[in-house]
Amino acid sequence: MSERIVELEVLRFNPETDSEPRFQRYSVPCMNEWVVLDALNHVKESIDPTLSYRWSCHMAVCGSCGMMINGEPKLACKAFLREYEGVIRVEPLAHFPIQRDLVTVIDDFVTKLKRVKPYLIPKEDQPVEAGEFWQSPAELKRYKQYTLCINCMLCYAACPEYGLVPKFIGPAAITLAHRYNEDSRDSGREERQQEIASNEGVWECSFVGACSEVCPEHVDPAGALQQVKIKSTVDWYQEHLLPGSKK
Amino acid sequence: MAKSNKPIVWGLFAAGGTVTAFLTPVLLLLTLLPAFGVMPGLLSYDNLRGFAGHWFGRLLVFGILFLMLWHAAHRLRVTLHDFGVRADGLVAVAVYLAAAAGTVATGYFLLRI
Amino acid sequence: MSAHGKPYVREVSRYGWFFRSPRYLRYMAREVTCVFIGLHALILIMALMRLSQGREAWEVFLANLTRPAGVALQLLILVFAVYHSTSWFNVTPKAMPVQIGENFLPGAVIVAAHYAGWLVASVAVLFLAGVF
Repeated sequence: MSERIVELEVLRFNPETDSEPRFQRYSVPCMNEWVVLDALNHVKESIDPTLSYRWSCHMAVCGSCGMMINGEPKLACKAFLREYEGVIRVEPLAHFPIQRDLVTVIDDFVTKLKRVKPYLIPKEDQPVEAGEFWQSPAELKRYKQYTLCINCMLCYAACPEYGLVPKFIGPAAITLAHRYNEDSRDSGREERQQEIASNEGVWECSFVGACSEVCPEHVDPAGALQQVKIKSTVDWYQEHLLPGSKK
Repeated sequence: MAKSNKPIVWGLFAAGGTVTAFLTPVLLLLTLLPAFGVMPGLLSYDNLRGFAGHWFGRLLVFGILFLMLWHAAHRLRVTLHDFGVRADGLVAVAVYLAAAAGTVATGYFLLRI
Repeated sequence: MSAHGKPYVREVSRYGWFFRSPRYLRYMAREVTCVFIGLHALILIMALMRLSQGREAWEVFLANLTRPAGVALQLLILVFAVYHSTSWFNVTPKAMPVQIGENFLPGAVIVAAHYAGWLVASVAVLFLAGVF
């Protein structure tokens, strides 16, 4: 167990008194195996109780502690101090408004998530007595990777197109729509397409690929979005060139 | 929300990107070789006229150039947006018209061979 | 939200945002290849024009391509064209994953297949053009 003093530079913002954010420096005695979240917890407990940030599970499942660490979108609970040298700069997730300190306003993402209907829409409702909806292992594997999304919004902070065009529905929400579209038990694709195949949907994506590079769960949103583009293109040709074939 | 009509331009962009990825480097190699003392037979006037004068050669050259131009045009539209140009409507009209003009020129010259 | 004061919005600069991260610069390099692909298309259209104007016009055009400036221009385009090809083939498994039975084909297999196809297509073009 070795200890080291870590210099943290944290972006602070108090909406009641500040007109803009400023950096505050903390010298934090840290254990070598700590993550950035441990350092923040130490600051809050022993140095400055006014520091605000979100966290919950400390094990990369809840998706609450996303923040910019040296300019990279990271989960603070997965960012090991031993991988950093010098001053570590901690800021709230990019592209989201700052509520207070490291806490962001995430309403935009939540609204978009609701719009794409990220839940199963079966063709017809069945009574419980009718039994389960069966699915083969191959059918499960088809979309399983996308179920790993923890809604941490790191992909939104990494996506420059979302930063430039805030109405873009964005990587995670479109990926989750794709996850249900690819599910053999689902029949809601047409409803979701109304959102994700619109101009605000997948067509704002220019395949930068940053979303997949920062995703802590290796969901690969960039891949999902390209697949949505290809499928929406096939749709378009079917709808416009084969008028009889209304899906 | 209405579905977008972007699939038309994106589909051509993707097809063009694929064709370009496979063919552009070797086509450049072909026209670079004479500078290094290797003259591909196809590049002689008679052979190339024979190729570009045949209906199949014409169709091939026309298709490749059409897709290449659309690929470049659509990506240029996106790139200009990334560089901060916000007049997307105007940019779209300009780049697609340029691609269309190039395609028409290709057809015109091919028919005169 | 009003109970907690007004949130602070950080504006994203629409110019120069790509200097924020090396991955954005790599992306922009990929996007800029389109300028060179377009330039190559123009050269090809010019070739067709010269070819349609007769033997002499064609030979002059070909001679221009072998001059240092012509070679330099083509080499420059070649660099960007190869970057386009590799960046295009490298992401094919994302856009077109292949599921066989239960499992997905490893992405490396799909990429390798594209590189093999690229090699075959290139050799075929050189062969048909009478290089060997």
